[in-house]
Amino acid sequence: MTRFLNSAENLLADAAFLEDIRRQMIKFATLQLGDGHLAEDAVQEALIGALKNASSFGGRAALKTWIFAILKNKIADTLRYKQRVVNASSLLREEDEDEDLSELLFDRKGHWQQDERPVAWGNPEASLRETHFWSMFEACLERLPPKQARVFMMREFIELEVDEICAAVDLTISNLHVLLHRSRLRLRECIENKWYLQGERKNALP
Amino acid sequence: MHCRNATRLMSEAQERPLSITERISLKLHLIMCSGCHNFKDQMTMLRLMTRAYVKRKNEHHE
Repeated sequence: MTRFLNSAENLLADAAFLEDIRRQMIKFATLQLGDGHLAEDAVQEALIGALKNASSFGGRAALKTWIFAILKNKIADTLRYKQRVVNASSLLREEDEDEDLSELLFDRKGHWQQDERPVAWGNPEASLRETHFWSMFEACLERLPPKQARVFMMREFIELEVDEICAAVDLTISNLHVLLHRSRLRLRECIENKWYLQGERKNALP
Repeated sequence: MHCRNATRLMSEAQERPLSITERISLKLHLIMCSGCHNFKDQMTMLRLMTRAYVKRKNEHHE
């Protein structure tokens, strides 16, 4: 047991391990916060928290899971404070774009446009084992408008409840529903266009 | 019920339980509309994908 405890401390003293995990954390945090500086801060704090308590964790996997759990909490905190800085012009632009999205996807009566109608996704589970799939998925996430990306990630990555998100980003429940709906419409469309309509079968064959 | 509303309900169903009226009108729409039927499966998949993505990020290189 003592050997395991020491090994967790050793891992955090291991420059290569630390640099590797730091790089992954920065990427993860940047994606969720949409801001490199805030991401650096969150990662820094999470690592300091981890270093303080390293002795209570054994083994590389446990330590890493735990460090990322701390990081997720830091990100949730940062997101809670960050919303008040969303500037009005970017919000307006975002809403204009969404008018376009709705017209692009649905006709005047609210039915799917002919070529926007969702198709069946062949063998989605197999896709999840593909490295290409995840780069595509990440690219689609990065293309979400900032406000939609933020609430989508709070909901789906950090798994916050609706009232927590509303309080954190100062939205009404119905605004939040609208933003989540739009983010899902966009993400779904992007995944379909970039994966399932681009020869997913070819990618997924063993 | 049209497709835009149906997709809105299917999205909201992931945050709140739908009322009985909403569930029935959605079900009736899904019977007739293959696009929205696919959309429903894809919402489940999307959540699965996101969870798998986060897990993958956390465990990368292990």
